[in-house]
Amino acid sequence: MLTRLKTQVPLFSMNSYTKLREKLKLSGLSFASTHSHVIRLGRHSRHNSKMAVCIAVIAKENYPLFIRSVPIQNELKFHYTVHTSLDVVEEKISAVGKAMADQRELYLGLLYPTEDYKVYGYVTNSKVKFVIVVDSSNTSLRDNEIRSMFRKLHNSFTDVMCNPFYNPGDTIQSKAFDSIVSAMMVQAS
Amino acid sequence: YTSLAQQLPKEPMEWRRSYGRAPKMIHLEANFVQFKEELLPKDGNRALLTFPFLHIYWTDCCDTEMYKASVKDDMLRWQSTLRLHGSVDWLIVVVESEAKKKNKTNILPRTSIVDKIRNDFCNKQSDRCVVLSDPLKESSRSQDSWNSFLTKLRTLLLMSFTKNLGRFEDDMRTLREKRTEPGWSFCDYFMVQEELAFVFEMLQQFEDALVQYDELDALFTQYVLNFGAGDGANWLGSFCAPVKRWSGLLLRRPIDMEKRELIQRGEANLLDLRSYLFSRQCTLLIFLQRPWEVTQRALELLHNCVQELRLLEVSVVQGALDCWVFLSCLEVLHRIEGCCDRAQLEANCSHTVGLWTYATEKLKSLGYLCGLVAEKGPTSEDLNRTVDLLAGLGEERPETVNSLQSPYKKLNEALSSVEAFEKHYLELSQAAMEMYRAIGRMRSSRLIGKSLAEFYMKKGDPERAEGFLDDSLRSYVAEGWSLQVTHTRKQMAECQKLLQQTEDYLQTSALLAGDANLTEEERKHFYQVILTFASQEQKDWHPDQTVALSMAAFAQLRQMQFSPPGAVVHVGAALQLELRVRCLMPVAVQVEQLAATLHFSLEQGGARGRAGGTQRRTGQGPQGQGDGVVLFPQGSPLAGAGMGASLPPALELYEMQDRSPSDSSLNSTGVVCKNMHLLLRRHDSSASLDTPTAGALPAAVAVDDGAQMLRARDITLQPGDNSILFTAPTGEPGSYTLRQLCGSVGRVQFVQSHIYPVVQYEVYSQEPQLTIEPLSDNLLAGIPQKVKFTIATGHYSVKKGDALQLSNTDSMPILHSSCCSRALSVQSSEKVTSISLPPTPPYHTLEFQLEVLCHIPPTPFKPDIERLTNGEVRHRPKNHSQADSGMIHIDQKVSIDCPWSIYSTLISLTFYVPFKAKHSILSAGKRKYIQVCLQNVSDTNFHLVDPVLTERQPTIPVELLSFNAKTQQTVCSQQSVFCLWEMRWVKHLPLCLQCAFSASFAPVSASDAHTAFKPYRYEFQLDRTLYSLKAEILPSSGDQHCRTGALCGLEVSITRQAEPSETEGEEEESTEIEGLRTTKLMYEVVDNSSNWAVCGKSTGVVSMPVAASATHRVQMEVMPLFAGHLPFPNIKVFKYLPHSAVPAIQPDTDSCLENDTMSLLDKGLDDQGDTASIRSRGSIHSVGSGEQQRGLPMPRLEPFSPGQVFYWSQGRQVLVLPVTDDHVMEVNVT
Repeated sequence: MLTRLKTQVPLFSMNSYTKLREKLKLSGLSFASTHSHVIRLGRHSRHNSKMAVCIAVIAKENYPLFIRSVPIQNELKFHYTVHTSLDVVEEKISAVGKAMADQRELYLGLLYPTEDYKVYGYVTNSKVKFVIVVDSSNTSLRDNEIRSMFRKLHNSFTDVMCNPFYNPGDTIQSKAFDSIVSAMMVQAS
Repeated sequence: YTSLAQQLPKEPMEWRRSYGRAPKMIHLEANFVQFKEELLPKDGNRALLTFPFLHIYWTDCCDTEMYKASVKDDMLRWQSTLRLHGSVDWLIVVVESEAKKKNKTNILPRTSIVDKIRNDFCNKQSDRCVVLSDPLKESSRSQDSWNSFLTKLRTLLLMSFTKNLGRFEDDMRTLREKRTEPGWSFCDYFMVQEELAFVFEMLQQFEDALVQYDELDALFTQYVLNFGAGDGANWLGSFCAPVKRWSGLLLRRPIDMEKRELIQRGEANLLDLRSYLFSRQCTLLIFLQRPWEVTQRALELLHNCVQELRLLEVSVVQGALDCWVFLSCLEVLHRIEGCCDRAQLEANCSHTVGLWTYATEKLKSLGYLCGLVAEKGPTSEDLNRTVDLLAGLGEERPETVNSLQSPYKKLNEALSSVEAFEKHYLELSQAAMEMYRAIGRMRSSRLIGKSLAEFYMKKGDPERAEGFLDDSLRSYVAEGWSLQVTHTRKQMAECQKLLQQTEDYLQTSALLAGDANLTEEERKHFYQVILTFASQEQKDWHPDQTVALSMAAFAQLRQMQFSPPGAVVHVGAALQLELRVRCLMPVAVQVEQLAATLHFSLEQGGARGRAGGTQRRTGQGPQGQGDGVVLFPQGSPLAGAGMGASLPPALELYEMQDRSPSDSSLNSTGVVCKNMHLLLRRHDSSASLDTPTAGALPAAVAVDDGAQMLRARDITLQPGDNSILFTAPTGEPGSYTLRQLCGSVGRVQFVQSHIYPVVQYEVYSQEPQLTIEPLSDNLLAGIPQKVKFTIATGHYSVKKGDALQLSNTDSMPILHSSCCSRALSVQSSEKVTSISLPPTPPYHTLEFQLEVLCHIPPTPFKPDIERLTNGEVRHRPKNHSQADSGMIHIDQKVSIDCPWSIYSTLISLTFYVPFKAKHSILSAGKRKYIQVCLQNVSDTNFHLVDPVLTERQPTIPVELLSFNAKTQQTVCSQQSVFCLWEMRWVKHLPLCLQCAFSASFAPVSASDAHTAFKPYRYEFQLDRTLYSLKAEILPSSGDQHCRTGALCGLEVSITRQAEPSETEGEEEESTEIEGLRTTKLMYEVVDNSSNWAVCGKSTGVVSMPVAASATHRVQMEVMPLFAGHLPFPNIKVFKYLPHSAVPAIQPDTDSCLENDTMSLLDKGLDDQGDTASIRSRGSIHSVGSGEQQRGLPMPRLEPFSPGQVFYWSQGRQVLVLPVTDDHVMEVNVT
């Protein structure tokens, strides 16, 4: 009897956590389905080094909430790249049309390639944009992996938003989010 | 054969294919060649294009001998040859002609030859032999046979083709599987698969052809990647060869044989292969009507090639790749333009714009490389490089030699001179920007604009750069991208410096000096720029001309704190303002002066004194929670100024309290949002671009010189938070609002034009005030009590010798009290009490106490009218009956002359009369007693001594015998004391007896000796009975008793009891009618308990003769409504004063007689006593007090004094029987 009780405790807390997430989903913060995420996990371990060179989170009003790039390279250039990519993001969002906005896929795919980088985009239902910049020479990265990176990012971002001490609209300073992002960035070599 | 070759593709055939590929309708085309043995494919030669698919043996033999002799052998030989080469696709065509038949008739039936052939060769496949009859004739028979032949031919051809194609594909796959073997060469394989593609292309199967190329592309890409991963293949060696030619893509030819040969020979380098592959893909895509895919693929290809060259570590001359990319971009664009019309191009610029941009970038980098951008023009080294690059381009292709706009020519021209380069570069940039703008990619457009600006800067043309920089800067600031802002601002600063826009340059420098994204050195540099300017000697400048810069770059306001925190002070008081400023400069700044302009507004009216100020304080909102602290909203440091625009403004909630003006009780309270219009505005994500930004300076930061200023001089602002103390001027009353903050450093002024949220403080000026309050709750009349004088000096300073002058009144003398004369001296003269005040500074409070006494007026009758020396009625006690406490109070006005005012101050003190007296006459037989009831209505206990009753007219011989205790009595609060006298008279009773009751009292608590007993007087009047009233109810005739519902008679008889006396004559209105003195009375029958219904007239006026025992009878009818013993209805009698008579009794303005009488009508006679006595007194004492103001002369009623009318029937009852035949029994349960 006692053991049963013990096992029930974490179950309950899990439930409440899922409920919170459900609520968030309803309130417009979409959430990547968790089961596909779990399936991906096995594959992640193969690519132990993530390949993004720059990851940015951009608010609905198009100012950066978070932007981080590989430190050794020209940070400014990434900022310019990410900023310019917003053009394409906006174009892609508006192309979907208002009516279909609910069923729209969050992943926007390759926004545009440059000679050196590929820029991928992802937009949450609350119009927060995620942008991942990948080195062009890094061809081993498949679309699926980019997707899963975005999903992971979104999950982590949702956790940040769940934080009652986080003031929506502020720049993100969460350590957990930071570590997730760091894990996705290519190790400076 | 030609007709055959033409006829063959006319009809489509269904082509069934292996591997489940969908069947397609295709048109076959064939070449016919003479059979030669050497044409037959050898083993291993797999050239599909030249492969003989079907072998046809044509014969027109119709002779059996001839057939047997030669044709058969020939055929056998042919067959064996075919078999030798493994070809099973053959057909024998027997051509019959009528002409031949005619020649050799009847030798053999014609069928027999065909049969023979079929027998000999077509063992199982009878369809391999076809008879074609007379193809040259126009007969229907020949037509039929021709058609069937064609069908057969097509079928067989296709069959063979499919078979061979399948075999070819299998071989190709086998070849591909061998790719890991060492000797494998991609080029060979390429040729093989390309042949397949060619075949598909020939069959118009472009889709399939494209697939072949895509497969090749993917395979190659994979190899390159593997190479990058360390898994190199030998054959890749040739592709790693240094690039020597970079002539760009060539898309005009369907097949670039030149390159193809290179590939075939295995000599192609990576660019050659890629170019060739892409040109083929491009051709096919255009065949497929997919030009936009070309552009997309082209961009990918170009990026990819650059990457691959890098990956393979192919050595390329610097700039060569740029040339190649540039040429290729333009070539692709040209190709697309060639196959689309203008409208299509414009509609699809989102596809082409990428290429344009890429070309622009490349041209730019080429320009930088070849020194075409530098101001001085290219150096010799640059020229050498240019020559090298141009050499690599090779000769111009023959296709484009004649066109003026060929990419080759463009590049050649652009690299040849600085001017041409500029022209081409601008052209490209403009094109790209316009396209971006057309498709709404403003950011991309601006980015190009920015690089164009960089170009202009390099060219030393800052004017043209400025616009682009400004545009970009605005958008970055608006969207809050700080790094870009910093970078662009730096460029802007450079630009403005060159343009000599001093003010803008300084502003930008200020912004940069405060920019956290820059290094310390850079910030210091920009700071130094400002300092240098600030300290510069002013030569050409007007001496007091300064440069105003926005404060936002220099420092941020953090908070402001008032001390005292209320921010409401009186005139001249000290108010300090502490301003917290975050200085953004990298080093400490010496600020000569920091000044805040004040906007001064006079408050409306002086009535808004303190109260107004406090109300304002509650409305300070969330930022100043009553502690005088105003916090300034801060944008996040990362986003800087731009954030403020993009973030929604914070709610500004204000507490709102609605107080009623009269008693300041709370009516309603609530919260008001003041900036609702901002919050409820719809937020557009795009609108943020339009918001005014700090990047561009506000048009004019005007320094307005207000008269009032907060100043702080010579401050050193350290980087980070600083605290500055201001002393606010409080010279004049009003409200001061901080408008502008201005810090001056030399010639530079940093100006913050608006301080938001609004910071203001108030200075008030208070008039001196004097209040007098009782020390206890209520002041009681009759005993000395202390009152407190409070003087709030306000702006007046009390000087030595200033004194309060109190006008003395007789009814309220001011007593000298010993306890409070420490600082002030009280001097009383006859008329005036003067209190000299000690010197007091403004805004202080003086308090002292005085003892006063208010004489109790001899209530209720005939109070004296006090007149002061100046004739003005200074003291006018007003008596009201208080409903709640039953206490009569007197408002005593005190007139005080204050030193600060020429006017006298009237202050009213309210005294309460502690007692209430009532009298009554008690009769026992012939004896009469007067009882006086003295009720203590105050909260204090009193001692009472010496109750005395005197007769005020000593001429009337009445003796009053006291029955009262001689000792001191105690009257507790709310208790009564009764005193009794027997009245004895000698002759006859006077009509009216004026009595006065007096007693002395003292409060129980103050029992010390010197507290004298104070007198209390009560005067009253006893009247003799003037009229007696008798009522009789008679049942209707024949009945013994009254019955409900039956009319009864009511007889009222009024009898005059006494002769009129002298005094009475004055009061009573009498008229002489026919020599008989009469007086008019009005009677009224009222039934308050609704027992009776009065039928007919219930009121009437009778004339009574003024003589003793004159009687008047009045008959009327009443009807009882209930059964039982019913009390008589009330009968009232009034004096009736006709309107014609000059009203002898004029009411005091205070007591409205008419109202009184009307109310009396409603009241029973019993409760007339107290109130009526007071009222009649009021009416009496005001005799001769002026003209009556009432307009209408109305007949008036006046009640009699108590005791003047005697009611015989008071309390009488009459028995009323119920109606006997009533069926309904009414039962009243009460």
